[in-house]
Amino acid sequence: MAHIPDGVLSLPVLLGGGALAAAGVGLGLRALDDRAIPRVALLSAVFFATSLLSIPVGPSSVHLLLGGLMGVLLGVGIFPAVLVALALQAVLFGFGGLTTLGVNTVNIALPGAVVGLALGPLIRRQTRPGRAGALAGAGAAAAVFGTGALVAGALWLSAPEYTPVARVLLVTYLPLALVEAAVTAIVVGFLTRVEPAALAPALKMRET
Amino acid sequence: MTLPPLLPCDLRARLIAGVAVLLLIAPLAHLGPALAALAGVLALIVLRRQPIPWRRLWHLEAFLILLLVTLPFSVPGTPILELGPLSASREGVLRAGVVAAKVAASVLFLTLLFAGVEPARLGTTLRALHVPEALVRVFLGLVRYLGLIRAEMQRLQDAMRARAFRPRSNLHTWRVYGYLLGMMLLRALARAQRAEDAMRLRGYTGRFLHDTPSPLTAPDRIAALALPLLAAANLGWDLIAKGAGSA
Repeated sequence: MAHIPDGVLSLPVLLGGGALAAAGVGLGLRALDDRAIPRVALLSAVFFATSLLSIPVGPSSVHLLLGGLMGVLLGVGIFPAVLVALALQAVLFGFGGLTTLGVNTVNIALPGAVVGLALGPLIRRQTRPGRAGALAGAGAAAAVFGTGALVAGALWLSAPEYTPVARVLLVTYLPLALVEAAVTAIVVGFLTRVEPAALAPALKMRET
Repeated sequence: MTLPPLLPCDLRARLIAGVAVLLLIAPLAHLGPALAALAGVLALIVLRRQPIPWRRLWHLEAFLILLLVTLPFSVPGTPILELGPLSASREGVLRAGVVAAKVAASVLFLTLLFAGVEPARLGTTLRALHVPEALVRVFLGLVRYLGLIRAEMQRLQDAMRARAFRPRSNLHTWRVYGYLLGMMLLRALARAQRAEDAMRLRGYTGRFLHDTPSPLTAPDRIAALALPLLAAANLGWDLIAKGAGSA
């Protein structure tokens, strides 16, 4: 649902999204140490694989976006991680789009990065797994709604006739936000318990 | 091959021509040119002797179907169908047709563009197109490890199934998936550390050896120019057609 295919959006929206994504990826790469590249690639692979899971919700099912969790674990490194995942998805499955790569990257990575930067330090400071999980869960829900708002915004900016669809779309993000919040809370609680260091973006490697 | 390749064989040329064609399809606003784009892509698929990926076409996102259903009612114009307070306009139906044709053409063209392309080979292409080295390496790392990670996840899911886990919409399911993802993340981070260590031990200094791409051949150049030119001509027709048909 978060992947807008080619052929729907208008040219200015496509170009604007591309420019924003380029800026974000540039920011992410600048923060990225050479030695952290395997970490970003592997986390990207985990998020890619997990997003293929279909999780039942009532009569329907959802696929996780995990923007909030990625933001906490990767910081601004989320931009390159999401971009490569979407690019590979387009190459392997023809899923999403090529011209919409920029827009889709921004839609998923920007809310995640904001959540990661805003809540990340607070989450890492928690010693109680439950509290860290609750914070992360709230962040994950916020990131899902952020993505929903950006997708709706991209549609609305492309053509005013898309407005009803954009509205319905926002409603469909409700169950996704609920599931993402629950799963993210568990993941972050788990990591706080067993390996708190994993929650740091670690884009710069310390010499050990 | 006696036939001209139609699509450039060289991945650099193919990628650039492909993006150009998709960008030229995006602004189409009339049914004629949109259908022409779809027909052109279908012709290309037949000429390249590729199967038409019907599954990709039917697997359109839910919101696209929603879009096609609501557009007739959200575009103002001559009413052709009344459903209570809603009235579908001729312009809206045309508009939905245009969007459907454009999306179908784009999806089919995208699958054609990458049919038979090995993602691992894209590294050289992306470098030749001056994509930043760090980004290329993140991409290649993802290509390298995705299969492995998915296999690992499959093993964990098999283990879950062996313990009679069945996903339902309840808190237990979400907790189990949370632990699954947490476990995957831990293993991935450990693996990243090992990969990094192994690279350092082999004297990795921040550079990979990579092959230099071969120069573009004449048929590749022709194909790389011809496709976007056709798409541009189609867009030109669309711009002239203003006034007639839908807007």
